[in-house]
Order: sequence, then structure tokens, then C-alpha cells
Amino acid sequence: MPLLEIENLTVSFQTAGGQFTAVDSVSLHIKPGEIVSIVGESGSGKSVAMLALMGLLPWTATVTADKLSFNNQDLKTIAKPDLRKIIGSKMAMIFQEPMTSLNPCFTVGFQIMESLKIHLGLNRAQRKKRAIELLELVGIPEPEKRLSAFPHQLSGGMNQRVMIALAISCNPQLLIADEPTTALDVTIQAQILDLLLKLQKEKGMSLILITHDMGVVAETAERVAVQYAGQQVEKQKVKGLFSNPHHPYTQALLNSLPERSKSKILPSIAGVVPGQFDKPKGCLFSPRCEYATDKCRTVPPVPAGDEQGRALCHYPIENGKPTNYPEEVNS
Amino acid sequence: MSGEVVLQAVDLKRYYEVDRGTFKKPATLKALDGASFTLKKGKTLAIVGESGCGKSTMARLVTMIETPTSGQLIIGDEDVSHASRSTRSRLHKKVQIVFQDPYGSLNPRQKIGHSLEEPLLVNTSMKKAERREAALKMIRLVGLRPEHYDRYPHMFSGGQRQRIAVARALMLNPEIIVLDEPVSALDVSIQAQILNLIADLQQRFDLAYMFISHDLSVVKHIADEVMVMYLGKPVETGSRENIFARPHHPYTRALLSATPVADPFRNKERIVLRGELPSPIAPPSGCTFHPRCPSMTEKCTQASPELREIEGCMVACYHPKTY
Amino acid sequence: MAETTIEEIIDDRPTGFKAVLSEFWSYFSENRGAVIGLFFFIAIVLIAIFADFIAPHAPNQQYREALLQPPFWQTGGEFRFPLGTDAIGRDMLSRLIYGSRYSLFIGCIVVSVSLIVGVILGLIAGFFRGKTDTFIMRIMDVVLAFPSLLLALVLVAILGPSLINAMIAIAIVQQPHYVRLTRAAVLSEMTKDYVTAARVIGVKTLRLMFITILPNCMAPLIVQAALSFSTAILDAAALGFLGMGAQPPTPEWGTMLAEAREFILRAWWVVTFPGIAILTTVLAINLMGDGLRDALDPKLKRS
Repeated sequence: MPLLEIENLTVSFQTAGGQFTAVDSVSLHIKPGEIVSIVGESGSGKSVAMLALMGLLPWTATVTADKLSFNNQDLKTIAKPDLRKIIGSKMAMIFQEPMTSLNPCFTVGFQIMESLKIHLGLNRAQRKKRAIELLELVGIPEPEKRLSAFPHQLSGGMNQRVMIALAISCNPQLLIADEPTTALDVTIQAQILDLLLKLQKEKGMSLILITHDMGVVAETAERVAVQYAGQQVEKQKVKGLFSNPHHPYTQALLNSLPERSKSKILPSIAGVVPGQFDKPKGCLFSPRCEYATDKCRTVPPVPAGDEQGRALCHYPIENGKPTNYPEEVNS
Repeated sequence: MSGEVVLQAVDLKRYYEVDRGTFKKPATLKALDGASFTLKKGKTLAIVGESGCGKSTMARLVTMIETPTSGQLIIGDEDVSHASRSTRSRLHKKVQIVFQDPYGSLNPRQKIGHSLEEPLLVNTSMKKAERREAALKMIRLVGLRPEHYDRYPHMFSGGQRQRIAVARALMLNPEIIVLDEPVSALDVSIQAQILNLIADLQQRFDLAYMFISHDLSVVKHIADEVMVMYLGKPVETGSRENIFARPHHPYTRALLSATPVADPFRNKERIVLRGELPSPIAPPSGCTFHPRCPSMTEKCTQASPELREIEGCMVACYHPKTY
Repeated sequence: MAETTIEEIIDDRPTGFKAVLSEFWSYFSENRGAVIGLFFFIAIVLIAIFADFIAPHAPNQQYREALLQPPFWQTGGEFRFPLGTDAIGRDMLSRLIYGSRYSLFIGCIVVSVSLIVGVILGLIAGFFRGKTDTFIMRIMDVVLAFPSLLLALVLVAILGPSLINAMIAIAIVQQPHYVRLTRAAVLSEMTKDYVTAARVIGVKTLRLMFITILPNCMAPLIVQAALSFSTAILDAAALGFLGMGAQPPTPEWGTMLAEAREFILRAWWVVTFPGIAILTTVLAINLMGDGLRDALDPKLKRS
């Protein structure tokens, strides 16, 4: 029984230049207690998809989906007040910039206690006790003292811990972490990742980790969804993804990592991610793909089977070689 | 000739006075507290460290935007701190810089062509047509097209802007280029393109690179020599092979183990450091790393260790790991 | 050897002056009030330029037979003087038309003087920081500490009442706004990497100040200039009304109001029309300034 079901989620934005599809039929199923990572470059729509799920997009966005359910509740038809009860308590989110995600005008303690008041309705003494517990849980030293600190008095790592404390304050079943460590130093990043994993295990919650860092994915996630230009191009178990990627983009991305390269010259992916005005007709990756054929350039591909990671490709790759690849193009 | 020393820094220090309000004495911030290194032709020295370790201050000193509080900076065979104005401006041309953020490092009101020509305009007496010719040549060299000459920076993607920034740094035929986190703001697929460009240009022009980064996987790929810094001081320097295969200083080891590796099959043995980076205004006594160090002893809290040679690396630690 | 030349799909928008202008217009025209303001302002400029051809009479010609004649639609009015005449028989319409010249002249001069001086002072303060900065900014604080009209009055009282002196006084009063604005913009630009990059390249101080930094600070200054254009007209009218600005018989709108003060109850047109002229002009310029802000600010965010 999946905790979260997303099927064919599409998000488009009204812009001055017309409709822009930021997320294009993305599907995701999350089981309870699972760590799933969504990986992609900037503009791949990985954050937008999750913001759409949380209902945090501006009014210019149009969100459509075949199915959007959390804990068997349909999020598309649910009443607004009920939705508000889920978001922030059962489904929480933390962001990339810890320094700007907290309100600089209020103390850390006030912000945590406010959330406790809204979602759990605890009284003053209970709130304070719970806030101290939470800060202790996320590894902040001297929690009583920190309650009266303002966000700017704490470091980036500490602020991210406070954000995590806020997010888990109502014992969520699902935590969405949007690039939680990108703005932090390497040693602090390791601390925060460990903390997230520890909390995930202790509380048995599901964790969606949005990131662009393949290293973070390899070390934390169980399953991975790769996004490119708004589309989900591949979904696999993490080990399979790194040892046997099925989509040419995943393969090229992994090859271009400096740590996986043997030579001084990296096998880079030429070109850039297509924008609003230069979306190719067929496969969105075709202009940058080394295997692209005329079919790729004209016909949009359909996802392959589960055994090939649902790769969105005409010729899904198996052990580094494309399958069903036409002979004559090879020469 | 490759390998020839083009820049030498001896015990470079840079302190800042920090105002703490009207009624308090200003504090001293030791942004860089004694660093010595050499840059060689055709070679890359990587400076690694987290925020506050003094790597950006180092970039500002080497590019002569700021003068060191003490210590010597010798470019070619001339000491910068004692040089006359004209020598300084001549030396200026030898050292150029590429910044981290490709969005902030190009003047938004200046066309790409003008950005590239500006170094020639202010430093040489070249004619307009010659400057244009040189700029166009450079645009092609970094993998852009001549018709980009008349465009403004906001019309380019991050990777393209970084190419432009590299091109601008090359316009004066420098010997040394300081690369201040040149790829950390870029996407993975673009990062590889820029790293390739940087490597290619180094070979072609025999450039000496000072590559500042916090990303060890990039450093491992591009560096010849590595210097690890912590709170304004180098804690370990050595060749890339030595540092990555046999890290001696506990901080280097922690840094290496904290860097996520894109390999789910690897056995994770992670040293997670306790605590936060201390503030450089009030650094801990003795070895500045001791509050977070797993192998700290009494001695570490009292005196700061000097750099000494251990198995081919220079290490500032009383209890280095030996192999 | 890596293949360094790569084909990339790039933004192919044209870059010429025309393209910049058309982009500007697309943002500006989103604000309907601004477009109306712009057209009204252009109309006033045209009227001022061609006053000699449009105005039915000379501004100071007196028609002794038609003192305080009402506008043509009221009994006693005639088409020769469409908006009536004033107490000494001068045609109101002609005086208003010629008056637009003075208002625009005042606006232009005051804005350009305070803009140029303000930008230079602001650049120096923001660029050199330290004692220079403190010195300049404290002087500006002192100027700001006076009520602006009062300070202008004092200055005119010292210099002697005339249109030129009134303009100097208003320019001085408006100065601090430009200095502060420029300084703030310079301070934020100075921290950007492209300024450091220019220094590493070897760009000298003067070029750095005026060619590298200044163009990036222009957007808020242009908006401020447009808005203070209207303030200048208002202040000049106020000074004129108090007898400290343009002197009679100059057909300046504020001065006209002052001259007509005693006829308010008997002849409404002698005060109403100069008042409406000031009101509409200022309103048009303010609307236009809002549009300018809308058009220039998103551009800053994008680039």
C-alpha cells in the first residue's frame, strides 16, 4: 500500500511567451518508510513537481494529474481545510536555503512553537517542552538557550537543523527535502545527511530527497527517479542505476562525473537543457544524445518496461549498449 | 617550459580589523594566517577547504586586489609588495581570475565583445580593429560563436557565461589564472564541459592554475598539487596522489570521508566531525582544529603545530595518521 | 584534444537599440496609466515647443476692453478668449500655453542639475567609503533635515527672488535623494564579482566608476528623475505662488495663481485653469514614472 501516489502529474506555467510545461507527466509511488531520490539538473522540474504536490505554486501554474493521493486521501478533491491539516503536519518539506527559509523577525523557539500550536494545539508549557525535545533530537547543543536565538545568530548548518526540527514537529509520514545540503559545507553536509537518515529510521517516515548531486544519491537513496527537462526519464533502484543505467541521459550524466572518469578529458554532454522556446519535437534529450536517430528527433518515446527502469527512450540501454538499435545508423 | 616556478608565496598573512560597535575595541580577523606555496607553469595547485578557511582571501591576495598584511608574494622574480606602480601594473597582467558565480562576474550592461576587449583597451595600445579581431579569436577558442560578440550576458546560460569569463581572463595572455570555484555553480553536465575547456587551455598555453574548490571529486580530477586549509591555515599539502591515497591530517581524512561518492557499492566508512566551523574572529587555542578533532590530546589545545614532512606531505598535526 | 566548439541553441533575440526599445515598450505598455501619462506628457512638450503657433494671442498682450472675461461657454464669454481673460485683460489660454514652457524648462534644468551633481557625489561616497562617505552623507542629512519648501524659501530669500534662483534652490533641495540613491546602488554593485574582475583586468578608478559601475545603477535613478521632475514643477509653482519664484508678468503657472488670488470669489477661471494645468501635468508625469519603474525593475532582475 503506497503512502503517496502520483500519476501523470503535469505542471505548466502561464508566461509572457505562452504556456511553459515545467513538469511533464511525472509518476511516483512512495511506500511507507522508503527513501526515494529525485535527481536532475536545474530546470528539470524536480522541485516544481514537489511544490505542486504541496500546493505551494503561484496562481500562474496549472496542475493536472490522473491521480494524486496521500494515505488513501485524494488530494485533488480534498477540501481546503483538510488539505491544510495534511500539509505541514503529515507531509512536511525542507528547503535548500536554511538562512532564508526561517523568518528573520522571530526567534527559533517562537517559530517551532507556533507550528506546534497550529497543528497539535498543545498548551504553552507542553509546546516549550516539545520544542526543546525537538531541538535535542536534531542535535542542537543547549536547546533551552537556542530557543530564544534568532536565525541570523545561528550558522547555516544549525538553521538547517532547526528547519528539520520544524518539519518533523508533527511526526510527518513523508518528509520532502529539497536540496537540503547544497548550501552547506562538506563536513556539515555529512552531518545533516546523517541526521536525516537517522530520523527517517527512527520515525519510520518516508523521505523524498531532491538533489542534483549523484554522490548524495548514491549514499542515501534506495530508489531513484531521474528527471530531464520536466520529464521522468528513468526510475530504478539505486544500485541498478549506477551499475546499469537504462537511459542515455543517465549514462552520460554518470560518465561526466569527474570521480568516475579515468582520463583527463571528461566525456561531457554537449549543449544545454532545452528551454521554453527550443523544445525539440521528439525525444527531449535527442539534440544532446550520442545515440539519437531520426526517429528520436521526430517521435516522442514511450517509457520502457519496469525491467528497463521505465526509461523514456526508443532504444533503452542495457549494459552500456542500446537495445533494438537500427543497424544502418551504427556505421 | 613546464614546471618552472611562476609564483611563490612565502608565509602570506592577511588580517582584517572588524568593527564591533562604537564602544568596543575592533577585533582582528585572521582570514589568512601564514600560507606558503608555489605555482608552476602548466601545473594546477588546488586549494581545498570549507567556508572561512581563507581560500577566497588567498585569491584576492594572489590577484593583487588586496595587499598581504605580511609575507612575500613573488611573481616571476619580482616581489609584489616592494614593487613600483609600473611594475605592479605589469605584474597585474600576468595574473587573472575566474569567479564562481557566472551571473555576477560579467557586467550586465556590457556586451560580450566589449567585456573581452576591455582588458586590451585599458592595458595595451591596440587599435579598435585589432582588439575586435583578438576578441573574436578568443570567442572561438572557448567554444562560442562569433555572432555572440554583440550579445549581453543575460542571454547566455550559466555554462556559456563561464566560458566568457574564462575567455576574458585569457585576453591578456596571463601566466597564472586563479579559478575561484569555477564549476560549483554549474550543473553536472555543464561542469564537465568547463573542466574540459580549462584542462585544454592549460595544455595549450602552459598556464599555471590556482584552483580553489570545496569539491574534492573535482579537485581529484584536475589538481597536481593539493593544499588543504582550515581556518586560515594550511593543514596539509602534497601531491594529489599522496593526499587522496594517504591523507595524514585528521581534517583531510574527515573531508575525504564526508564527500559523497557516486558509487552505491562502496563501503561507507564515514568520519563525521562534531560541531560547527568556529568563527575566524575567535579561533580556538592551539591547533584550531582541536575542538572537532577525533584524535585530540592535551598538547593540541596549547600550541599550534608547525608544518612538517610526513611521507612526502607537509602536515600540521601532532598526531597524523601514518601508513 | 577535446572538441571545444559546440553547437548550442542560444537565445536569438536581437540586441540592437531598436530591440531594447521594443522590449522596454512591451513592459511599459502593460501599465495603462503610464501610457496615458506618456501621451499627455508628449502633448505638453509639443504644446511648449509650438506655443508660438498654437497660442491665439501673445502671453502678455493686454486687452483693456475685456477685463476678467469668463470662458466662452458662460454668459459674457466669447470665442476670442476661449478660457477667458485675467484681471488686466490677458488671454488665459495663451498664458497657460506659454506657461508650459516654463514648467518644462524648470523640470529639465532642476532634474539635470541635481541628477548630475547627485550622481557624482553619490558615486564618490559609495566608491571611496570611509571619511569621504561620512562627510558627504552628513551634509546630505543636514539638507534633508529641513522641510524642503522651507529650505528652498530660505535659499531664495538669500539669493534674491527670480526664476533662476528658484531653480537653484529646488535643485539643492532635491540633491540628497539622488546622492542616497546612487550611493546605495553603488554599494550593492561594488560587491559584485564583475567589479572585482574589472579591477584584476587593470581598469583604473575613473573608468571603473563611470563606465563599469554607473550604467548598472541607472534604473532607479531614471525613475527618481522622472518622479522628481513633477516635484520640481510643483515646488517651482509653490515658490511662484509665494512670490519667490518667477516674477510677474512671466506666465508661469504658480505665479499666475498668485496674481489671481484676490479674484478667487469673483472669477473662478483665473485660479482654476492654472491649477488644473499644474495638476494634470504632475499627474501625467507621476503616472509615467510608475510605468518607468515597472519597465526597468524586472529588467534588472532578469539580467
